Amino acid sequence: MSASLVTPLDVARIKGDFPILERQVKGKRLVYLDSAATSQKPLAVLDAMDRYYREYNANVHRGVYTIAEEATAAFEAARAKVAGFVHASHPHEIVYVRNATEAINLVAYSWARANLREGDPIVLTHMEHHANVVPWHILAAERGVQLRWIPLTDDYRLDLTDLPALLDGAKLLAVSAMSNVLGTINDIRPLADAAHAAGAHVLVDACQAVPHLAIDVQEWDADFVAFSAHKMCGPTGIGALWSRRELLEAMPPFMGGGEMITQVTVDGFSPNEVPWKFEAGTPPIAEAVGFGAAVDYVTALGMDAIREHERALTGYTLDALQRRFGTDLTIYGPLDTAVRGGAISFLFEGIHAHDISQVVDEEAVCVRAGHHCAKPLMRVLGVPATTRASFYVYNDEADADALIDALARAEKFFAL
Amino acid sequence: MPGLEDLYREIILDHYRAPRNRGELPVPPAHKAEGFNPLCGDEVVLYLVVDGDTVTDLKIAGQGCSISQASTSMMSAAVKGKSVGEARRLIRAFKALMSIHESKLEGEGDGEDLRAELEGVRLGDLEALQGVVKFPVRIKCATLAWNTLQQGLDEIESD
Repeated sequence: MSASLVTPLDVARIKGDFPILERQVKGKRLVYLDSAATSQKPLAVLDAMDRYYREYNANVHRGVYTIAEEATAAFEAARAKVAGFVHASHPHEIVYVRNATEAINLVAYSWARANLREGDPIVLTHMEHHANVVPWHILAAERGVQLRWIPLTDDYRLDLTDLPALLDGAKLLAVSAMSNVLGTINDIRPLADAAHAAGAHVLVDACQAVPHLAIDVQEWDADFVAFSAHKMCGPTGIGALWSRRELLEAMPPFMGGGEMITQVTVDGFSPNEVPWKFEAGTPPIAEAVGFGAAVDYVTALGMDAIREHERALTGYTLDALQRRFGTDLTIYGPLDTAVRGGAISFLFEGIHAHDISQVVDEEAVCVRAGHHCAKPLMRVLGVPATTRASFYVYNDEADADALIDALARAEKFFAL
Repeated sequence: MPGLEDLYREIILDHYRAPRNRGELPVPPAHKAEGFNPLCGDEVVLYLVVDGDTVTDLKIAGQGCSISQASTSMMSAAVKGKSVGEARRLIRAFKALMSIHESKLEGEGDGEDLRAELEGVRLGDLEALQGVVKFPVRIKCATLAWNTLQQGLDEIESD
């Protein structure tokens, strides 16, 4: 129906790397447009995890036998890959956690409880995911810290007009690098500079950004960066907290148990070095191996190529949506692809997001409907829910066209 | 495999497009009951007037998906003018209609005990909502209005 979209990725070949995309649903080709929730997994990641369980499954940092050494080496090699991927200055600045949510909770329970007092301000934004809201609500209830909010502009970006006042006296700025609802990319460096000038630490929820943009945590000059493996072709159950080594060293342990100690007596314990100080208990070893394989996979595609591909596909889809549906459809997010990622939230006039997503499912098109774990944002937008389509490396214009055709069918179905 | 026509029956779409008894009533004398589905943001608001033993007036407000809003409209048409006892029988019957299938899905027997709730109750148009049970995640959308009605009647009774 349209001229072929040229992007730096060979999507036809990439699709072949993802076994799930061969699946038919309701007799139709699976069109997966919910990668902002979780990405699909390439064979390279599945194989790496399978190989670990089949060939060298053993606990890490314990045994002296060969396969235990192999397991430990693979576990730590994956950490180095993750560190390199986000340009950490050392692998030991990467703490393995379950997901970005746990990374943020680690900072809230360890760093914040050791450093924040009653009345200390924490600055958040109206576009945060619940993962970067609720831990701070819990801290506010427990410690009486004060939450301040950066509002949004009419074009769905951060309204920084009152930033100096909001940061005045603040101890922490906790901000998303890319909104999971609006797609908005936030320019972290100037925010970090302003926060540091005000004496605040900076936590970046990079869960949506790390899979889609080349990230350099040092260039950001952040203090904490949280992200997950499962949105970047890796497995669920593992993510990372990056922080500067001296900060991690000064922080008290989060959870106690095996692995996180150097010495335990009946009288007490001495914590292990970072990052293991924060990794109590047997870690998700196969998942770490899969995380490393996911880094290899997306690195081979090239993060700049991924960004360029998604930017082209997002622009194509935004144009097509507006052309096809005009004013019947409202897009919640910037229209300029230079400042947004590939998550597109929208609503049809008079049709609920859930009804849309139900009807497009008949065409095997997977989109998400709901509040996307961003209820404060939904309230700001004045909507109960949106429908969201989101792209990744295996999506192409045929997927975008399938979405638009399915939406046209849904609109017709519910037409008044 | 269930199709869309099972879920979105014509009578349901009709209630969704042209909801019955839409509006508000002054509180008091009306009683206001609100129900929310926190997962999807569906919201049902009921204004209930119970005079003696009869639901003499009822208005509905709120927002949500077609299933939640159509179910609310159909509920209002079914309950208005009925006795509180009949309204409660309808609530039990409707929830049984949904639960029989749910308990089958969850392997909790064949729902024979629930069938008793349906004996002698005329659901009429409401039976169109039966197709919802083939889409388990949408059952909550259909039952929201009825849970809210039950809550409203309970609140009126305890006043």
